[in-house]
Amino acid sequence: MSSAIENGFQEKIDQDIRIEPRDWMPEAYRKTLIRQISQHAHSEIVGMLPEANWITRAPTLKRKATLIAKVQDEAGHGLYLYSSAETLGITRGEMIDQLHQGKAKYSSIFNYPTLTWADMGAIGWLVDGAAIMNQVPLCRASYGPYARAMVRICKEESFHQRQGFEILLVLSKGNEAQRRMCQDAIDRWWWPSVMMFGPNDDASPHTAQSMRWKIKRFTNDELRQRFVDVCAGQVKLLGMHLPDPDLVWNEARQHYDFGPIDWNEFREVINGNGPCNKERLAARVQAHADGAWVREAALAHAQKNSIREKAA
Amino acid sequence: MSDHSIIDYILHLGDNALVLGHRNSEWTGHGPILEQDIALSNIALDLIGQARYYYQYASDRINAAEHTSHPFPGQETFTEDVLAYHRDAWDFRNCLLVEQSNGHWGKTVLRQFFFSAWQFELYGALRHSRDSRLAAIAAKSLKEVTYHLRWSGEWVIRLGDGTEESHTRMEEALNDLWKYTGELFVPADYEKPLALAGVAVDLATIRAAWVAKTGEVLRAAGLEKKEGEWMQKGGKQGKHTEALGYLLAEMQFLQRAYPGCEW
Amino acid sequence: MDTQHTINDIQNTLQDKTSWPLWEVFIRSKQGLDHKHVGSLHAADAAMAIENARDVYTRRMEGVSIWVVESRHIHASNPDEADSLYDPANDKVYRHPTFYDLPDELKHM
Repeated sequence: MSSAIENGFQEKIDQDIRIEPRDWMPEAYRKTLIRQISQHAHSEIVGMLPEANWITRAPTLKRKATLIAKVQDEAGHGLYLYSSAETLGITRGEMIDQLHQGKAKYSSIFNYPTLTWADMGAIGWLVDGAAIMNQVPLCRASYGPYARAMVRICKEESFHQRQGFEILLVLSKGNEAQRRMCQDAIDRWWWPSVMMFGPNDDASPHTAQSMRWKIKRFTNDELRQRFVDVCAGQVKLLGMHLPDPDLVWNEARQHYDFGPIDWNEFREVINGNGPCNKERLAARVQAHADGAWVREAALAHAQKNSIREKAA
Repeated sequence: MSDHSIIDYILHLGDNALVLGHRNSEWTGHGPILEQDIALSNIALDLIGQARYYYQYASDRINAAEHTSHPFPGQETFTEDVLAYHRDAWDFRNCLLVEQSNGHWGKTVLRQFFFSAWQFELYGALRHSRDSRLAAIAAKSLKEVTYHLRWSGEWVIRLGDGTEESHTRMEEALNDLWKYTGELFVPADYEKPLALAGVAVDLATIRAAWVAKTGEVLRAAGLEKKEGEWMQKGGKQGKHTEALGYLLAEMQFLQRAYPGCEW
Repeated sequence: MDTQHTINDIQNTLQDKTSWPLWEVFIRSKQGLDHKHVGSLHAADAAMAIENARDVYTRRMEGVSIWVVESRHIHASNPDEADSLYDPANDKVYRHPTFYDLPDELKHM
């Protein structure tokens, strides 16, 4: 039985009136949002690592610069998201601790290794492509700060995917080794990208409530299907193929049918057994630990200064 | 004055920017806090941008040079990427300061501070160069360098005058880096005639300002520079520390492993 | 001012010596008329907050004005009091532009 205030809250959502930080909200809504936004933020930050791997090895100055810019954008996106989560009553420090202690998740895709330069292309095309598909609808999420962060992110995301596809396009027109590099990266990143959309709808118990609260606008399977359809078309421009022998256009459905997803792998990677889980988390924990003396010093200096100012 | 001199000078300016930009970019994803990760990547991007301008200019010069004075015989057409990815360490003309390893955050910001304070004075003078293209690059870069100087100077003070631990680490950093600052004011052979011709900056004219600025910040940071320390040099003439070889091996790998490819 | 007010009492009382305070950032673009709230960030002092804001929220655009305020210094109205604070009482209908019947030819007003 819901109260008048809960009904009022749901009505606002139904009318697409934004919920803002000081508005009343059900505790479950607040908790779900904190988890969703912070995990999205963690994904951006952890997501910097597989790409940062290749900054020092980028093969041209232009690629070097654009890769740094892309990874830096991801840091910025993480920052916008942490910032919006903080309006819900959690601190950056608490969220970071949750990540480092393994209590919070981040997108499973970033637990895969980046083995060649072509991976930079595949990540931009597929991983950013999947992220964009998820993010654009969230620009109309019910929680104001989250929606506004998503608008900012989507504006900046546009060059990421184009950059990735262009990297692959150039490789696809290169020599034999480059063409092989291109197909190899697609072979390794395709299925993990498809898994990014999460479990099938019938295995996602929270989807219905999230849709009612408009913090999720389309279901996992809807977004996944859209993604497969778009990529199946785009891969032809590369003269490459997606590693799915069951991928075929279904005239009746007006969509591509695709092969079975290995949910075992998905579960294992989510639970910490992916190729790079330990390394990714260790890198973040290390950076944070190594930076403690810096953060402490900056605070100490600021405090000294404010004492000096008061005394002056 | 041979065409070699001006090309060496342009490469010196570009190599400084590329090597330091590359070093700074190693921090991406590993900074002490998200906001500073972004700040240092911005600086890396600025420096790589400067390097590209210099390399593009150097390429134009080299490509236009008479065959007899071609400094890199055997190579057909030069581009920014040929210069960045196909020279060995002995052909790089950066100062030793910029190739030093990042160490901890304090060493990185101190290295940046010494370098930016120098670039600030250098570009302030270089924008009056008789070479209009160098003058233009310097004028364009001065604004961002002004910001780099401010950012790094503030960090040196924060850490020097922060906690006991941060102060100790800054003293270590100063011990590591001070010996590389002398080279900034020792003209290489190719610089001397260029300075006389008003193309390159006469380093003697910018030294006092650098000493004053660094003195002021180090004092505020509670750090004392060492007088009379023996200075390391050679980078400008291609004699580097062991660090540069490893840096280039990593940076140049793909171009060397797959020569002649588009990326 | 599009204020995205933040309540962070937990942050305010945090004794953690490595945790930097939260700052709200307001930017006025070159052609803009007023400062707009764009988000928040963590910084140890005001100079750092402004530099971070420049790096993150302005993408180093020139001619912008940046304001930063520590979040704990922002005081916000209570949305529950909206009715009394923003009072569209019927006897003040003359404050609404639609009250005035103007000729169609008069544009931009």
